[in-house]
Amino acid sequence: MDNERMNDEQHTNIGATLTFDLSRPGRVGCSLPECDVPEAEIPPAELLRDDLRLPELSQPDVVRYFLALSRLNYSVDTGFYPLGSCTMKHNPKVHEDLARRPGFADIHPLQPPETVQGALAVMHNLQRCLAEITGMDAATLAPAAGAQGELTGILIIKAYLADAGQSHRRKILVPDSAHGTNPATAAMAGFEVVTVASDKDGDTDMQALQVALDDDVAAMMLTLPNTLGIFDRDILTIAEMLHAKGALLYGDGANLNAIVGRARFGDLGFDVVHLNLHKTFSTPHGGGGPGAGPVCVKAPLATYLPTPVIEQTDGGYRTLRPPHSIGKLQAFHGNFGVLLRAYAYLRSLGADGFREVSANAVLNANYVRERLRGAYQLPYGRCAMHEVIASASKQRAKGVRAWDVAKRLIDYGFHPPTVYFPLIVEEAMLIEPTETESKEALDAFCEALLAIAREVEETPEVVKSAPHDTPVGRLDEATAARRPVLRWQPRND
Amino acid sequence: MEYPDDLRYSREHEWVRLDGDAGVIGISDFAQDQLGDIVYVALPAVGSEVKFMEKCGEIESVKAVSDLYSPVSGEVLARNDSLIEQPELVNSAPYGDGWLLQVRLIDPSELERLLGTQEYKDLTARAEE
Repeated sequence: MDNERMNDEQHTNIGATLTFDLSRPGRVGCSLPECDVPEAEIPPAELLRDDLRLPELSQPDVVRYFLALSRLNYSVDTGFYPLGSCTMKHNPKVHEDLARRPGFADIHPLQPPETVQGALAVMHNLQRCLAEITGMDAATLAPAAGAQGELTGILIIKAYLADAGQSHRRKILVPDSAHGTNPATAAMAGFEVVTVASDKDGDTDMQALQVALDDDVAAMMLTLPNTLGIFDRDILTIAEMLHAKGALLYGDGANLNAIVGRARFGDLGFDVVHLNLHKTFSTPHGGGGPGAGPVCVKAPLATYLPTPVIEQTDGGYRTLRPPHSIGKLQAFHGNFGVLLRAYAYLRSLGADGFREVSANAVLNANYVRERLRGAYQLPYGRCAMHEVIASASKQRAKGVRAWDVAKRLIDYGFHPPTVYFPLIVEEAMLIEPTETESKEALDAFCEALLAIAREVEETPEVVKSAPHDTPVGRLDEATAARRPVLRWQPRND
Repeated sequence: MEYPDDLRYSREHEWVRLDGDAGVIGISDFAQDQLGDIVYVALPAVGSEVKFMEKCGEIESVKAVSDLYSPVSGEVLARNDSLIEQPELVNSAPYGDGWLLQVRLIDPSELERLLGTQEYKDLTARAEE
C-alpha cells in the first residue's frame, strides 16, 4: 500500500485532536494595544457568565493546527472522486481567473443596471444557451441549487395548472429510481407523491405507469438518464401518455452529463427541466456549495418563471418580473459567481466540445463497468450511461458489505463511490467517473476495487475493519446517529 | 435468519402476530439485516388509524430511510416507545422487544392477503438471488 506519502504520526495525532487539547494556561495568540478610550463600568457580576472556557494557543499553534487539518481534505483537485449521482468533474482553473476579474467580482446587485451591463449580458446569454442545450424556450438562473430548482419547476407547474382550472390535480408521479429530492420536492410543494416502479431492465414499468396515471396527476418527475445510469427507452411514449392525460413532464437534469449535446429534454417531450451547473457545467462543489440549479421551461410556462429574468432590449439588458411569476427565490439574481464559471465553461467547449463530454463520460463509465465484470455483480444487463452500478451482493457470502468495500477504498487512496443508492439495488455502489479522468486514473481505481475483491476472498477481516491508514479508524456510525453528541464539553479532569 | 411460524408477513417485510382482536406488528429478521443498524423509528400516535399496506411510519438505518407499511387496518392501541432510546432493539430482537405497534384489527380477513411463513421465506430467498 502506498501510504508512505502520509506522515502517519502527524495524521494520527491531528485527526482526533481538538484545539482544547493543545491549550496551555496563559498562552495567547495576539497582543492587544493599550486602552485609549475611557473605561466603562462592567455590568454587575450576576449578569455575567461565570466561566467561558476558550482554548489558549499561540498564533503558530493555531496556524499549524488548521493547516494540518486542511491537509486531510480530499477533493477532486487531490484525487479521483467517483461519486455516483453527483458529477464531480475537474473545474478548469481559467474560470477562477475570470470570476476574479474586478468587473465581475467587485459589483453589487443593487447597482443601477446601466453600470452592470456586462454581468447582465453574461446572465442573458447563459439563459439563452441553457434553453438551447435543453431544447426549451426560456430559463431562470435564480435557483441556488438542484433541489431549489426542482421546487421552482414544480411550483411553476402548480401555478400553471391552477390558472388552467386544473387545481384538482394533486398527484405527482415519481419513479422508484428517482433522486430522493424528487419526492421531497413534490411533497414540499403540497402534492401527493405516487411511486412508479421500474422494470427489470431499469426502465419505467409502463404497466405501473398506466395504472398510476389518472386525471388527478399534475406531473411526473423523471430523471434522465435515471439514477441507475439508464436512459429510459420509453421516454417518448411516457411524454405522450402524460400529455394525453393533461399532465406535464418534469425533467431532473442532474445527469445531463450523459446526454449533453446529443439529446434535448425539450425534444423528448419534457415541459420543465432543471440543471445542476455545479455538475454538468463544471463549477466547484466545494463545501456543499454554492451551487446553481437553473430551470428551463417550454413557452406556455415562461410567464411563470421566478423573478428576475434578464431581458435584452434596444437599450441594453435589464431585469424583468414575468407577468405570472411565482415570485422570488432568494435575494437578488442567483449565485452569480457560479453562473459566470458555467458560462465560461459553456463558451470554451462549444457544441462540439459538449458532444465530446457526453461521449467520454459514457465511455469512461462503461470502461469501469467492463473492468469490474466478474469481480462484482453488475445488475441490469445494459450498457450504462454516465454512471455504473456495481453491487457487493456477491461479497456478502464472506460477510462483507458495500460500505466495507467503500471504506477499504479509502486505504487505497480513493474517495469511495456512493453506496446504498439507488435504494432498489442491493448493496449498491454507484460509480460516476466523469469524462475528465484519464485511462490511467480509471485503471488505478479499478485495480483497487479488484484488489479489494481478492481481499474479500482471502482476508475478509481486513476489508471489514477498514479503513486502516486514516487519521481515525472506522467510526461507529450507528451510535453517532442513535446518541449523537452535538456539543463539545470540557472534560471534568 | 429466523422466520417464526406464528406470524403473517407482508411483501414489504412487516410481520403481524394475532393476539385476540389485536395484532402486534414489527419488521422481519430479513428486513433488519438488510437495513443494517437501525438508528431511528417514527411511529404513529396511539389512537390513530392505520390502513392495510399504507404507509404508517418510517424506519431509518445507517444506510437509508424506509417507509413502514401497516400489514393490517385498525386503531393503534400501543406503540413501542422504548425504541426512541433503543432503536437497536429492532436489530437484536425483531420478533420480540423490537416490536413496533399493537393494532386493534378492523378486518381480520386482511391476514389472508398476507404471506405465510414458507411463502415469505421463498420471497426473501428470491430477493437474495
